[in-house]
This record gives sequence, structure tokens and C-alpha cells, in this order.
Amino acid sequence: MYIPMNEMLKHFKQDVPTMANITHKSEQWSPYHDNSGTVLAVGIPGAVIVAGDTRLSNGYNIMSRDATKLSQLTDKCVLATAGQYADFIALRKFLQQRLQLYEFQNEVQASTETVAHLLSRELYSRRFFPYYTFNLLAGLDENNHGFVYGYDAIGSYDKMTYGVQGSGQELVVAVLDNQLKGYNKINKTIPQTREEILDIILDCFSCAAERDIHTGDNVEILIITSAGTERLIKPLRKD
Amino acid sequence: MQYFDNYLQSKGGYDYTNAKRNELMKAQGFKEMPFTKTGTTIVGVLFDGGVVMAADTRATAGSIVADKNCEKLHTLAPNIWAAGAGTAADLHHQCAHFNAKLKLQRLNLNRQSRVNEVITKLTSKLFPYRGQIGVALIIGGVDCNGPQLASVSPHGNYVYHPFQSMGSGSLAALGILEAKFQDGLTKQQAIDLAIEAIEAGIFHDMGSGSNVDVVAITKEGVDYRRNIRQYNAKSHQKQIPYPFPINNTPALRKYEFNFEKQELTEVGQEMEIIE
Repeated sequence: MYIPMNEMLKHFKQDVPTMANITHKSEQWSPYHDNSGTVLAVGIPGAVIVAGDTRLSNGYNIMSRDATKLSQLTDKCVLATAGQYADFIALRKFLQQRLQLYEFQNEVQASTETVAHLLSRELYSRRFFPYYTFNLLAGLDENNHGFVYGYDAIGSYDKMTYGVQGSGQELVVAVLDNQLKGYNKINKTIPQTREEILDIILDCFSCAAERDIHTGDNVEILIITSAGTERLIKPLRKD
Repeated sequence: MQYFDNYLQSKGGYDYTNAKRNELMKAQGFKEMPFTKTGTTIVGVLFDGGVVMAADTRATAGSIVADKNCEKLHTLAPNIWAAGAGTAADLHHQCAHFNAKLKLQRLNLNRQSRVNEVITKLTSKLFPYRGQIGVALIIGGVDCNGPQLASVSPHGNYVYHPFQSMGSGSLAALGILEAKFQDGLTKQQAIDLAIEAIEAGIFHDMGSGSNVDVVAITKEGVDYRRNIRQYNAKSHQKQIPYPFPINNTPALRKYEFNFEKQELTEVGQEMEIIE
């Protein structure tokens, strides 16, 4: 079928994107940067195990292979954060100072539940310009049972037995659901000992490092018990 | 189809109807599909008597590794190879297309393919697509004019230079190449230099990783080494294997298919998800 030229042109003339009328929207400056990485924490009776990789990224570049995502706030609890590193440092500073003040005023360190609540309020205080942090607060409760509090960026939190945050979250959380909670199993054989759980955690990190470009270098593990804190560092893929 | 030819002629030969459609779709809220890009570090080094090309082996889809050991060195002719960075599908199909095209030409003319032929054909195809075909190639080969190395960018620009690097890790590799390249390298020196440059890309660029592939082309022939270096083995071997006993996964629904009657029937009751 023959369509006359002027008919065709009527449909396309003004709308054809030529060099003259494609306007490039300049990318607006964003105050947020995702420094990525993965953190996870598991609580068992008597201990809590917190792990985080030590890679700090910026886009496709590695800023540091040796940057900790874990911060011990009291003898009993540790903050693990994925997201923007600058916001992690600012949040950590606030919590450390505020908890020091608590200890001076009350002559006893804050309990994990108290720290959890404090963190939530601090995050919500920045409701309209949030900390770009995805936190896990892991610690021992009053009965020395390990628990993990998981947070979103503005302070909503929940007490859980294990949690994962960060760029490798989707890769790892399904494995932990199956292994630590027995999802999709009829006879649930849940590992109880510290060695079995460490084995699973290390495997989760090595698998996350295989498939997530932002996770790698080393994994730093803190094991908190009533007797004290133990620190392990294991290597991961460096590419 | 005459109206179409007339239309194209009046527009100067470039058809933007798809671009208009894409703009309309974007305005209606359709998100652009993410293509699997290769991330990538690729390098080419010219030496005395031939050319060496090397590549990493990681293919990424966003920030996930899609393929841990893919092949980025493609054959275009028995004496011409290409290392490719960019959109994985485009690279595979374009290289296969030009491989076939060159083979047909060789059968017709009974002559060895030349590197400058490949460059011309490639750039003539890429330019009208305004960079939408995402192939960034390093082409290297030995023909009647000697060993040659060139790089082609997605918009259709080409450059001849004794050493090249492309991809997201190109800057990391280029640092090594600029520091260590000299004229008159031997084949082994060129291979070592290329591997070092890819190594820099693998460890310092997160879009590149896993292993190194190398191909060395001389007048005598082609030496292709797949996975000549493998650095990053999986870091942790699980001590206690995961327990996955048989029949431990609950079936929520069971169906029975009767082949004789060609019927599908549900068996038993629907179960709840166990948490």
C-alpha cells in the first residue's frame, strides 16, 4: 500500500529524536553512595556470631580490602552495617558516645534490648534524610541467649534468630532459611553447635563472593559469648 | 515497499521509528531491560612476528556474576581473532556473523582474510546503529601485511596501536601496559605482559574476574590457551556436607497422570507450607 510522503512525515516530523532535540538530563548530585558488602549474624543459646566481609566498593572500584563493617558497642552486642560507609561511621560514633554516657550515668552497660531501641530511635530521628545503613544489631540478652535485631534504613526493627543485610543478601538468606530454620524440610535438623554454624556462615560468604561482585577479600567474624569476644578473619576471593 | 524506500531516502537513510517507540514506552513507565554485559578486561599486545590477545572470564548481569568462566576470545578467521567487551549477546552474534561473512568471502576469492577488511566491515555495520550495538572489540591477526592490532568501539571508531585494552577494567590494564610495553617483544614476553595486564583488571576491577584466557597469533598459526591462569578458587570447602535426605521436602500438591486415559488428577489433600 502506498502512503504519500507528506502523510508519513506528518506522523514523524516533529517527534523524531534528532541530535537537536534530545536533551540530556544531567545527573543530579546524590548524597548517597552504596559501598556495598554483606553482613550476617546468627544467634544461638549462649553465643552470637556476627560476620561481615571487609571489601569497601565504589561502583566497579575497590576502595579498601580491609574495612570493617562490625563495631562492638558493649561487651554483649555488636553492630553490623551494610550500605553507606560514611553513614555507618557517623551512626557508630553516635552510638558509642551515647552508650558511654549511659554507662557513666547508670554504672552498668546498656542491655542489648536497650541498644536496639536506641538505634531505632536514632534512625527514625533522620526519617526525612535517612542514614543509608542497613543494620543488624547482634547480642546476648539477659539470659545469655544470642539474638539478632534487623533494621531497615529508618529504624523499623524486629528480634530474630538470624539476619542478613547487604548486596549479597538475596544470595545468602535462602540458604540460612533452609539450614537454620528448616524451611521446606519435613524433618528439620537444625545445627546447634558453634562449629556447624561457623561452617555454614563461611560457606555462605564464599558462595556470595562467587556470585556477587561487591562481596569478597576477607570475612571478619566476631563471636560474642558471656566469656568475651573472639575474632576470626578468613580469606575470600579477591577478584 | 516503495513508500518505505522513499521515506528512508528523504530522511537520509536513518530510521528512528524504534527510537521514537522507545521514548514513548519510557514515558509510559516501561523500565529498560538490563542486558547481560561482560564487565570485562581485554588486552592486545603486538610483538615481533605476531599479536597476543588476552581476556578475563567473568560475565556480569548488573552486580551479579552471570557466568564465572565464559569465553571472550572469538575467532573471526583462522588468522584473525577478536577479544570482546560489552553486551554479551551482541558480541556473540556479531562475531558469529562476521566469521560466516569472512568465510564466504574466502571461499569466493580463495584468499586469506585481512585485518583491515574486518575493521572496515565491522565499522560500516556499527556506525549506522549509533552505538546501540554494544560491541567493543580488540581485533588482532597476522595477514599478508604482517601482524596488526586494532580496537573498534561501539560507535564505529577504530584505532591501530601496538597495545590496546577495552572494557570496564581497561584502565587498570592500561596502567600495566603503559608502564611495561616496549617495541620488539618476544612472544613469551608479550604473553606475560598481557597476562599481567589482565591480572590487574581481575583484582582491581569488580566487573572482571575469575581466570585468564590467552591467544597468540603468528604466521605459523594460532596458540589458544583457555584458562592459562586460574587464581581464585572457591575460598571455603564446607567441612560437614549439607544434609539433604531423600523425601524430606514436603510436596504441597500431588498429581497423577494416567498415560492410557491421558488424564491428570489430583491425589490426596493440598498441604500447607511448613515453616
